[in-house]
Amino acid sequence: MSSFCEWLAATPGSIALHESFFVYPLVESVHVLTLCVFVGLAAMLDLRLLGVTMRRVPVSEVVSRFLPWMVAGFVVMVVTGVLLFYAIPVRSYHNIFFRVKVMLLILAGVNAWVFHARLYTRVADWDLAPITPRGARVAGALSLVIWAVVIVCGRMIAYDWFDCDKAQSPIVVRAAGCDGYQR
Amino acid sequence: MSLLPFAQWCEASAAGHAIRTSPWAFAVIESIHLLALSTIGGAVLVVDLRLLGYGLKRHPAAQLARDAYPWLVGSLLVMLASGAALFVSESIKCYYSTPFRVKMVSLLLAVCFTFTAHHRVAMADETRMRPRWRALIAVVSLTLWFCVGASGRWIGFSG
Repeated sequence: MSSFCEWLAATPGSIALHESFFVYPLVESVHVLTLCVFVGLAAMLDLRLLGVTMRRVPVSEVVSRFLPWMVAGFVVMVVTGVLLFYAIPVRSYHNIFFRVKVMLLILAGVNAWVFHARLYTRVADWDLAPITPRGARVAGALSLVIWAVVIVCGRMIAYDWFDCDKAQSPIVVRAAGCDGYQR
Repeated sequence: MSLLPFAQWCEASAAGHAIRTSPWAFAVIESIHLLALSTIGGAVLVVDLRLLGYGLKRHPAAQLARDAYPWLVGSLLVMLASGAALFVSESIKCYYSTPFRVKMVSLLLAVCFTFTAHHRVAMADETRMRPRWRALIAVVSLTLWFCVGASGRWIGFSG
């Protein structure tokens, strides 16, 4: 994986993106502002599941009306996120915040899958309930916490506190895979 | 009257000095600023998508606006508090930053618009208002908030 990142970093596209004056900041801005659409609407849905907002709106309606926007936002997040990684592959791969973020993204995916495959199939039973069943509330709360930590980790990737080119404690060296780090 | 002395005073303040010299304070405050950004985005979109006719169509905009209101105000207060903390740590840079000036002007416009015209239209009786007029209010609101966010992000890119 480390050598793949090194290969990626040497591709002309990666270098161009990394060194571009406007495109990289533009991609980053789109990535950050799309948070409003994707995480913003996801959070409103989660808060509905927790019964703290839009209590008179059926859950199925919130899901069906928000989902297209959330999917669109997610696609933009992933495309811009991949481009940001593509611009700086080696450093990102060896960044512990990036690694935690990727793991949390997988966790968020599992949480969403469990909600849709296990809990949402019975939404008719509690669609109009101001407060949803425990399972749905747990899924909503987990989603809020996971996305919040994803945002914080995403922001922290920019800081070099735990970068491999500095002296680091053995735990960080291991977590960031600094042994395989070159340059 | 120049605001430069005010910026210098902020930068020299104990809070500004503490945030600037701490290795992690700025990063933590920025993260809080981003979390509130997501929340305010959701609260604004719930109402504006409804006004545009794309959102929760079967529910009155007034009801959704009332539901979203505490989240809008709450996240706005967190944004202002964390934003002020970020500002005092680098006030002089902000003073000379064009994106920062654009952000402050659009923020003022967005807040004034949201709590006056936008609020009145969202709370109004829908049968007595043309859809096109409501859509226009939503577009103006989304544009103003977008300007706040985009210029805010750009502060970090300019010198």
